[in-house]
Amino acid sequence: MQALDNVRVLDLTHHIAGPYATRLFADFGADVIKIERPGGDIARGLPPFQGGIENPERSGTFFYLNCNKRSVVLDLKRPEGIEALAALAKTADVVIESFAPGKLEALGAGYGFFRDINPSLPFISVSNFGQTGPYRDYLLSDLVLYAFAGEMYSMGETDREPVKMAGTAALFESGSAIAVGMMGALFASKRHGIGQHVDISLAETHFGGVDRRHATAIAFQFSGRKTLRLASHGGGMPQGIYPCADGYVDFTNAGLRPDRIAAMLGNAEWLADPRYSDPVQRMNPAVIEDWNGNFIAWCIERTKREIWEAARAAKVMCGPMFTMEDMFTDEAFRARGFWSKTEHTELGEVTIPGRPLRMEKGGWQLRRAAPLLGQHTAEVLGEAGLSPSAITAASGGTA
Amino acid sequence: MTTPKPLEGIRVIDLCVVWAGPYATMMLGDLGAEVIKPENPFVFQPMTRGAIARPPQILLTNGIAWAGGLPNNVPGERPWDYNPTFVSLYRNKKSFTVDLRRPEGLDILKRLVAESDVVYENNATGTMEGLGITYEWLKEANPRIIFVRVPAYGSDGPYARARALGVHLEAVMGHSLLRGYADADPSSNTAIYSGDYLAGAQGAFAVMTAIWHRDRTGEGQLIEIAQAENAAAMFTQAIMDYSLNGVVQGANGNRDVHGRAPAGVYPTVSPGDASTMDDRWIAISIETDAQWQAFGKAIGSPAWANDPRFATNAGRLEHHDELDGLIGAYTATQDDYELMHRLQAAGVPAAPVLEASRMFDEPHLRARDFFKSQTQPASGTYEYVGPLWKMPATPIEYYQPPVMFGEHNDYVYRELLKVSDEEFEALKAGGHIATEYDPSVP
Repeated sequence: MQALDNVRVLDLTHHIAGPYATRLFADFGADVIKIERPGGDIARGLPPFQGGIENPERSGTFFYLNCNKRSVVLDLKRPEGIEALAALAKTADVVIESFAPGKLEALGAGYGFFRDINPSLPFISVSNFGQTGPYRDYLLSDLVLYAFAGEMYSMGETDREPVKMAGTAALFESGSAIAVGMMGALFASKRHGIGQHVDISLAETHFGGVDRRHATAIAFQFSGRKTLRLASHGGGMPQGIYPCADGYVDFTNAGLRPDRIAAMLGNAEWLADPRYSDPVQRMNPAVIEDWNGNFIAWCIERTKREIWEAARAAKVMCGPMFTMEDMFTDEAFRARGFWSKTEHTELGEVTIPGRPLRMEKGGWQLRRAAPLLGQHTAEVLGEAGLSPSAITAASGGTA
Repeated sequence: MTTPKPLEGIRVIDLCVVWAGPYATMMLGDLGAEVIKPENPFVFQPMTRGAIARPPQILLTNGIAWAGGLPNNVPGERPWDYNPTFVSLYRNKKSFTVDLRRPEGLDILKRLVAESDVVYENNATGTMEGLGITYEWLKEANPRIIFVRVPAYGSDGPYARARALGVHLEAVMGHSLLRGYADADPSSNTAIYSGDYLAGAQGAFAVMTAIWHRDRTGEGQLIEIAQAENAAAMFTQAIMDYSLNGVVQGANGNRDVHGRAPAGVYPTVSPGDASTMDDRWIAISIETDAQWQAFGKAIGSPAWANDPRFATNAGRLEHHDELDGLIGAYTATQDDYELMHRLQAAGVPAAPVLEASRMFDEPHLRARDFFKSQTQPASGTYEYVGPLWKMPATPIEYYQPPVMFGEHNDYVYRELLKVSDEEFEALKAGGHIATEYDPSVP
């Protein structure tokens, strides 16, 4: 069994953040019924595509986000589509949606629709800025989200523009927070019989996020100080990112343990310079620069893996900067079972990152590849008792 | 009668450090679990209640604001109680003190475990074992216990004992080479800790999943979240590009990973420069041809906005550098907020790059009553960022302000564990029970 295999999620989310949250539910056993409009989730149009061929069944982004789910096409603009939604809602434990605020309500499928079906049903709305407030209808991209709500202001070099995280990392962070709120609402429903309309604003998942934003805010309240945008190179022994023979290594905060650094460097002769062990001299920029010159010379002669091995042996905090190729070819990750494989009709065998965490009981499984658009329309609506003609009408003629 | 909270009746022992673990237990506390943090008066855990227990003024002054910005810019009497990152993660939690290095201290923990549901830890690999705390030991105290461990690279394999913060994990997982300016070397990156967000949230999710499982089967269990493995999802596009196509993606600055153009961060009218943190910027993402047309109109239809070379996404992508120059020259004369409202009214995603202090003047956040005031005796009353979700029937309340060191000694020892007065006094005399760090701790 899987922990959540008695949970059914009616999933009306699309794009990245919502689907990532429901992917976590699906990974631990929930029956996630992904409702797609007749044209499909917009994430089906997001690169990378296998072979660069743009096709709704070839998006790697969509694929990763939607494994373990069943896809049902419903045309919610038709009354038959709404009737089918009602039939599915009767068997759902939690409903989640990410339409523009007010959109589902206008279609006749707002919170009231679900509450009338089951008063203790949790109904989760995910939107850019929340269901209320002056920016309710404003739009976000990953860039705009992180710029406004995340701690992007202090990332980058002082004399250049602020710079974001990679890819759509901010939306994945939001997705993980959505999964927790959704689970909380599910607990309130199952343990206490409380149904409710949960309002999750992507912006607020970053304004309150752990990646420095909450702390930069309270630090200002406390001290009036603002957080400077600063690359973290230099300023320590060592501190930040260093070049090496085949790339770069990150030694952020490693200098807090000079004893371990010395051990990693084999107690090299140059370390004996008395200025390097004098607490006052250690804060002198000229001394730091001098020390770093020696250190870089050591780094440059070694590969990132060699440096990491030396750092590990001396318990020095260090991260070799891997490319995706380095990661894929890393034997230790592979040996731990980090990668998973699954078969997909269109893509063939696909390798994706496997379990995000290891539970010894009821844990993660990759049960099925991402669904083809509407792959399970007939199956799921048939389970819900709809006739073949009702299924055809509900899906806008696609099934 | 008050409404029960979702996790009412669940007790969590927080043996966490730094960010990833405390973020998970913060979410559990927000959802109503009782989170209790055992703390050692003789051992300071770096980067949890600050860099060191008693930071000298120069360390605070030289430190980055989110680490060194203590109330009124002074260490004060109890710097460990009001470090900015600590207070951000330790609302809705309780603290009691005990020295786990001594048998009688470990026995106290064991008694608490017997009364708890979850033990959560994210210490360097080997730390718990060094104290004698293993899953087997916990199960002796409570067979139904759920034990969550958050090692950097997992409990087995050659990297098991590698020391790492979030930033090092991001290096290994590829993030450091995928982010930052496309035209600069990676040392222009700022050290960030984004992986802690994912690990924290998924840790809270895992705890609830395990409780769900226990409700069904009666079984507790061991959960391992290897932070490196956990962070992988954040870089889905890059991973899938390599997996499907063998393509190694690189840093792309503020451009769109999905190839829609233009996307960027552009200068706006600023009251000062970056050295005083008064520079202002606007982020703009144009994802469709229709948005491009709307953008052109919203900025007054300059000739270049109608240049046929820019009519399609392929054209805009090809001429992205040129477009960045044109857009930036325009935005440099604009107010960031005014331009956001104008572009958003036209259906174009745009917003200021908001420096954190400006959050408090943000009308949308005020309209949503986002901030919450908390009063901690050691530091006073301040406005803190709000919770991650609005749950109207089970509201997320800040029912316990950022917890002070040893604040709940009486509660934990006397009410919860029902230790006798004699035992309490003996533990106190032994230094286990304290409300500040021992003077031997720097």
